[in-house]
Amino acid sequence: MHSVILATAIRLLLPLMLLFSLFLLLRGHNEPGGGFVGGLVVAAAFALYTLAHGEKEGRRMLRVDPLRLVASGLLVALVSGLLPLLVGLPFLTALWSSVPAPVIGHAGTPLLFDLGVYLLVAGMSLLIIFTLMEE
Amino acid sequence: MEPVLAVVIGGLYAAGMYLMVRRSIVKMIFGLALLGNAANLLIFTVGRLTRGRPPHIPLDATLPSLPVADPVPQALILTAIVIGFGVQAFALVLIKRVYQTVGSDDQDVMVTENQGLATRGTGREGQGDEV
Amino acid sequence: MLFLPLLIPLATAIAGLLAWNRRKLQRLLGVCSSAALLIVGLMLLATVQQQGVISAQAGNWPAPFGITLVADLLSSLLIVATGLMGLCVTVYSLADTDTRQESLGYHPLLQVLLLGICGSFLTGDLFNLYVWFEVMLIASFVLLALGGQREQMEGAIKYVALNLIASALLLAGIGLLYGVTGTLNMAHLAIRLQSMPHTGTIPVIAALLFCAFSIKAAVFPFYFWLPASYHTPPIAVITIFSALLSKVGIYVLIRVFTLIFPQETLAGQPLILAAAGLTMLLGALGAVAQPELRRMLAFCVVSQIGYLLMGLGLFTALALSGSIFFMLHIMAAKSALFLTTGVVARLTGSSSLAELGGLYRRYPLLAALFLVPALSVAGIPPLSGFWGKLALIQAGLQSGQYLMVAVALGVSVLTLYYLTNAWIHIYWKPAPETAAKLQYLPPHRRHQLLAPTLLLALFSLVLGLLPEPLFRLCHSAAEQILNPSSYITAVLGTLP
Repeated sequence: MHSVILATAIRLLLPLMLLFSLFLLLRGHNEPGGGFVGGLVVAAAFALYTLAHGEKEGRRMLRVDPLRLVASGLLVALVSGLLPLLVGLPFLTALWSSVPAPVIGHAGTPLLFDLGVYLLVAGMSLLIIFTLMEE
Repeated sequence: MEPVLAVVIGGLYAAGMYLMVRRSIVKMIFGLALLGNAANLLIFTVGRLTRGRPPHIPLDATLPSLPVADPVPQALILTAIVIGFGVQAFALVLIKRVYQTVGSDDQDVMVTENQGLATRGTGREGQGDEV
Repeated sequence: MLFLPLLIPLATAIAGLLAWNRRKLQRLLGVCSSAALLIVGLMLLATVQQQGVISAQAGNWPAPFGITLVADLLSSLLIVATGLMGLCVTVYSLADTDTRQESLGYHPLLQVLLLGICGSFLTGDLFNLYVWFEVMLIASFVLLALGGQREQMEGAIKYVALNLIASALLLAGIGLLYGVTGTLNMAHLAIRLQSMPHTGTIPVIAALLFCAFSIKAAVFPFYFWLPASYHTPPIAVITIFSALLSKVGIYVLIRVFTLIFPQETLAGQPLILAAAGLTMLLGALGAVAQPELRRMLAFCVVSQIGYLLMGLGLFTALALSGSIFFMLHIMAAKSALFLTTGVVARLTGSSSLAELGGLYRRYPLLAALFLVPALSVAGIPPLSGFWGKLALIQAGLQSGQYLMVAVALGVSVLTLYYLTNAWIHIYWKPAPETAAKLQYLPPHRRHQLLAPTLLLALFSLVLGLLPEPLFRLCHSAAEQILNPSSYITAVLGTLP
């Protein structure tokens, strides 16, 4: 199945959707958004690309193995949970920086956790999508 | 609003159960999805359908200004939806694999042919693995 | 401390995912992590013994609002058992799983499964329990279907469908419970429900939860999925499933129906006892009828679940301690049976009783490794099963449940019959002429297969010869369960 319209549109849509997913990720700890939706948007972007160009091209476009994404996402989330242990607080306690950063507001370990979720969700969904689209 | 939702939830449960007793595996997965949605809607309904503000506490107060919406049921539903998403995605991959190996999505076909296999004996444990 | 049993398997699973194609590293990580889990479990048990129930709040959110982890004697005993089973099965699967299954991520998945199990044992929050159940389920789905044999698929579909129904019921029950009480923390629920009349919605919720957990635990009338799916996957996978997954269901039943719902809610005792008796009886009858060893053992798992439930139904300290003791015993003994079955299947390429025979002459150690746990499961003194059953039956006599006692004794006889019958068929009778030639196993592989089996069989034997220390521990665990105030104080700080 090859569609010229989809193939042309996705060239523009892919970067836009990736940017939008980052936007969702970065505002997630204060406002609607977050790692989960962000990850799903990434997955949707690559799924559209895969629909237009096939599963092999999709994998090539992603560059990394989706499993790697899953593993690194879990790792980042785990680290964000372990950081508070260094200052003697229980696992998963949120630590916030007191200085507001320009785009994201007060950063903290929840943002790191969200980043982990983002990678995990994107990786997991793409893993399933690629498996289902394999010929 | 509650009576309407109650009917909807009941309908979803009924439809889910009906689909689950069908022979086709695909319909069974649909049934499971409906069942999950019915449970989510149930949580939403028992969390009281009030039109309230977000439960933010103003800076100079110790209690939020009433009425507030209860955020917990929504958090529960969100979690349940995410989990349901994962499980259903896995189930889809599984039925695709089943379709590839069995060549049918009819549970009866799967079972009857399998009984044929069973009478032929299980000789597969020893194979498949050499040092 | 309380987070360690969760962090160890999680970290190992992540490391295993990162080292996806390096199988040697994955194996090494798997073994180390299970050993570490066992050690942490023992440390946890020692701490709980000294300090009583301990709790920790995830994210530093105070108790009824955040997610609490709690360890009392029961949960820490079960964490130790999880570590032991995890270690045995991981070592066994070094030799048992084939390359393809390992390259599909067998070891990381096993760790995720252990993570889910430890989480369910430790959590003090009902919704969190649901989440751990799902973690466990997804890992177990993939493990069941791993490798993609045709029969495996059929078993996996039944397992997936039934367990998803159970999850939907559980979710609905939790939702309704939150609607009625406004809390999900188990200790807080216990307090809230004490002051409420047990009419209207609450018995419905209790029934929903009972059904959901019974499906997970394979209790009558919900056990049909277990024999239908447990005979298909690799033997190491079934071993861990039968040792831990169904026991998680029983653990949760014990926890919920002692802490949250007092038994009157369900008009409980007759109902639970009837379910227990029928589970025992039908499981044993199913096992007698099976000509294939793995299916027989799957029915045997169901039948033994009945004994565990019987302790909950009788609801005295003696009965519950019998149940806990029996649970630990059955994990070891039943796993040893499954593992020897795996060795036999590997040697002969079959696990059908008619096709086997004469193995005693070639492998006397293997024969002993089947016979000892088999007699132990049947409850022959002085093996470990005897003491568990003795406590249960004594408790039954004390409460005047004579019918239940009769069923339990009758099922023991049936168990003895079908297990010794299997032993005679596999090891004692002369090999049938159609029997396949025995396959050769290289020595290091044989050690990897036999060492865990030997360990478990010895564990069962030692437990039988010296039951006193463990039984005392089980007894204090049971008293802790029956008197939930220490649990509630540990979670909420004060008893309101």
